[in-house]
Amino acid sequence: MDTLKRNVTLHELDEVSVRFCGDSGDGMQLVGTQFTNASAIFGNDVATFPDFPAEIRAPAGSLAGVSGFQINFSNHDIHTPGDRVNALIAMNPAALKTNIRDVEVGGIVIVNEDAFGKSDLAKAGYTANPLDDGSLSKYQLYRVPMEKLNADALKDLAGEVGAKAVGRCKNFFALGIVAWLYNRPLEPTVEWIRSKFGGKPSIAEINVRALKAGYYYGETAELFASRYTVARAKLKPGKYRKIIGNDALALGFVTAGELAGTPVFYASYPITPASDILHMLSGYKNFGVRTFQAEDEIAAITSAIGASFAGAIAVTGTSGPGMALKTEALGLAVMTELPLVIVDVQRGGPSTGLPTKTEQADLLQAVYGRNGECPLCVIAARSPSDCFDMAIWAVRIATRFMVPVILLTDGYIANGAEPWVLPDPAKFEKIVINHPTKTENGHFRPYDRDEMLARPWAVPGTPGLEHRIGGLEKENGGGHISYDPANHQLMIDLRAQKVANIAKILPPLEVFGPPDGDLLVLGWGGTYGALYSAVERARAMGYSVSHAHLQFLNPLPSNTADVLRRFKKILVPELNSGQLRKLIRAELMIDSIGLNKVQGKPFLIAEVLEKIIQLSEKR
Amino acid sequence: MHSHGSLPVLTAKDFTTDQDVRWCPGCGDYSILAQVKKVLPTLGIPREKFVFVSGIGCSSRFPYYVETYGVHSIHGRAPSVAIGIKATRPDLSVWVATGDGDGLSIGGNHLIHAIRRNVDIKILLFNNRIYGLTKGQYSPTSELGKKTKSSPFGTVDLPLNPISLAIGADATFVARALDSDPKHLEHVLQRAAAHKGTAFVEIYQNCNVFNDGAFEYATVKDTRPETTCYLEHGKPMLFGRNRDKGIRLNGLEPEIVSLGNGISEDDLLFHDEKMVEPTMAMMLARMAHPEFPEPMGVFRAVSRPTFDHLINEQVEKAISKMGRGRLADLYDDGETWTVQ
Repeated sequence: MDTLKRNVTLHELDEVSVRFCGDSGDGMQLVGTQFTNASAIFGNDVATFPDFPAEIRAPAGSLAGVSGFQINFSNHDIHTPGDRVNALIAMNPAALKTNIRDVEVGGIVIVNEDAFGKSDLAKAGYTANPLDDGSLSKYQLYRVPMEKLNADALKDLAGEVGAKAVGRCKNFFALGIVAWLYNRPLEPTVEWIRSKFGGKPSIAEINVRALKAGYYYGETAELFASRYTVARAKLKPGKYRKIIGNDALALGFVTAGELAGTPVFYASYPITPASDILHMLSGYKNFGVRTFQAEDEIAAITSAIGASFAGAIAVTGTSGPGMALKTEALGLAVMTELPLVIVDVQRGGPSTGLPTKTEQADLLQAVYGRNGECPLCVIAARSPSDCFDMAIWAVRIATRFMVPVILLTDGYIANGAEPWVLPDPAKFEKIVINHPTKTENGHFRPYDRDEMLARPWAVPGTPGLEHRIGGLEKENGGGHISYDPANHQLMIDLRAQKVANIAKILPPLEVFGPPDGDLLVLGWGGTYGALYSAVERARAMGYSVSHAHLQFLNPLPSNTADVLRRFKKILVPELNSGQLRKLIRAELMIDSIGLNKVQGKPFLIAEVLEKIIQLSEKR
Repeated sequence: MHSHGSLPVLTAKDFTTDQDVRWCPGCGDYSILAQVKKVLPTLGIPREKFVFVSGIGCSSRFPYYVETYGVHSIHGRAPSVAIGIKATRPDLSVWVATGDGDGLSIGGNHLIHAIRRNVDIKILLFNNRIYGLTKGQYSPTSELGKKTKSSPFGTVDLPLNPISLAIGADATFVARALDSDPKHLEHVLQRAAAHKGTAFVEIYQNCNVFNDGAFEYATVKDTRPETTCYLEHGKPMLFGRNRDKGIRLNGLEPEIVSLGNGISEDDLLFHDEKMVEPTMAMMLARMAHPEFPEPMGVFRAVSRPTFDHLINEQVEKAISKMGRGRLADLYDDGETWTVQ
């Protein structure tokens, strides 16, 4: 059978969203990442959304153990992993059951038919086989006996590596099918496999063979009548790599340390979804980075405070529950007026909540959640690559103003990937650090202040500047313990004014779309992509709507009230119950309408678009 | 002030701040402060290289009274603050002042982890067996059954033994001293300062307001020779007014014996602070009044690489092996592609 001459139509698409899903042990994150890399290297714009369970290995085949990886690739600029899935690859019934609802009507569903036995179906709670009962009739269903085909293809190697190792390659077989379906190059994945398993050539070989077997299956089996391709995107010229938010943060902190000429000290306690920052930074020792895996969240922040006192660029990272534990020490950092950066990669709360799911519900905790009048700076990254810029901003603000800075990200941008143009290190503005070396009149005054109200950062080892700081209220200027009522009032006011002064160096809040009009969509943090895309579509549909996205939340950029007052209505979509809305009402006396979703999932573009349409009158 | 190549001669006065000391009159903390200020100038370390770190409690006011760099941090967290300082600046001499509540209760976790990491810091634990600053609640070292404001019917929880805890956490230096024996305290502080690694020193300290006389048995000059046993490396464990009693090993347990009647010093346990295995040190730690004289001095002094050295060595090795990192290389890592 001359299969190459088979009649397959090639369709060109603008944008495709593919989701791989299976058991958490099936290697779905891995093949999703490889598919992303291949697409990025091919020249598409990409955006990804890994969605995995908190359990490392929930019982095989169970609904709780399903792990998914969604990738959107396009021939144009995109900002989200896509609302609807165009093609779903489900490795078992549980994966099918938990993911089928996100697939578009008429979409492609490729299942590993070998995993649809009676007991597999029972584990997923199916009473009838969905492949046979017609429940999937609105999709293009492709039943592929992946395990059998994969085993057949690797039969000659099974003796050497074992049947188990062969079985484990089925994810690459699945990737091969999808690579054929979407006309993706195999070379980047083959290269990756070969370098990953360099020490185990036989393992490398079976994975490569599985990948190719899947690809050729797509080509030879008369299963698919169509094949798709997505052309290169017209992206800004430059050298690119793919980046996830947590990696971008790590690179940002290393960069900030270099710009400041001061080594980074990163202390952290393992917590999902922030641990990757620690993993990354612990590998950058040749940049002078010192990492410390502390015994708990409190030790992580307090050791960072110690490192800051000693003159390091001190950073600690965590997620919501860890933030709660760090709260008292945050007060110490505010009181001692030491530079410190605290990263909160937000996840579903409260308490342990949804560790691997995304949420934006720590905003008010970050801005207000401490004992006493305890203002500090709060900023938020809006996309994976923005994490890089915001990490540098955090260090710049902390060291300039001698304040702790909370940098909020979330699980969605922490693990989501997008292309990133490699920046030119020569173009960054230096971070100026001034450690005083002498006193004016022989007596060092640790709480004297400059024009921004920042105090001097004198570090141990400097002769003549010996001084003591701590959590007790201090006399302004001299820094001795003071219980004087008027001094306490003064210090409360000074600490607040110092944080307010940060607004003087912040960039203004920008508006995408007209600077005034009927409706402004105001957001913050990781919802940027969905909000931007929704506003872009609404505008294309003729609606009068603009978008502004806050990266600086405390203090707010100086023009925030001005921007907001130019619109008749303000819509604030948030993955919480209305925290930014509350904040701007409290701080600016400006009311807004909320679009609130707290489901552990990011916004779909359609959800935001629908709300925009509902609030708009068509021009 | 500093001549090139030689250190200025410092005295205790150079380490005195302009702050009024606010401990209660008669508090044991005064003696500890005096001995620390006596020891610091003798160490050959410039004043600006000392950092005193504390948590919360009476003992934790310590940094305010020493004219060095200091951090009065939050309850229980002093060891963690100290780790951050020492990891960043291994050239500094970092001291922690803590108490039985601060160090063993709210901060117990940080204490054991600092000790097992062998961070080169000196931890002085002022043990007065009571919460002083909060006005008299029982502490983790209060004796079982003790009646306090928060235990009017007596405590029901077994106290912690700080020395056992430190040894259990694989401390490289463990010692005990008394506020009322300043000469010996000074000696122990000297030893702690000279130790490379975490030096844990429990100091029996009298709170004359809320727990007066807690260690009277050990502090009153008349009874001290009978109730304590001063440890000396390589020497037999003798005690008693006439130094005629000693500690002998009976199987795996210590026993008190009187010299004479065929028992000589050679039959006694000879103290060896350098034993790699902590078993003997742990046994000594368990010797408590009134069954035994309580050991004073250095229980254990062994050598192990310090955390601050290792963490910085990794950085140095990475730089010498890979070269000082360049940002452009950092970004250009893994798979890249170029858009024209």
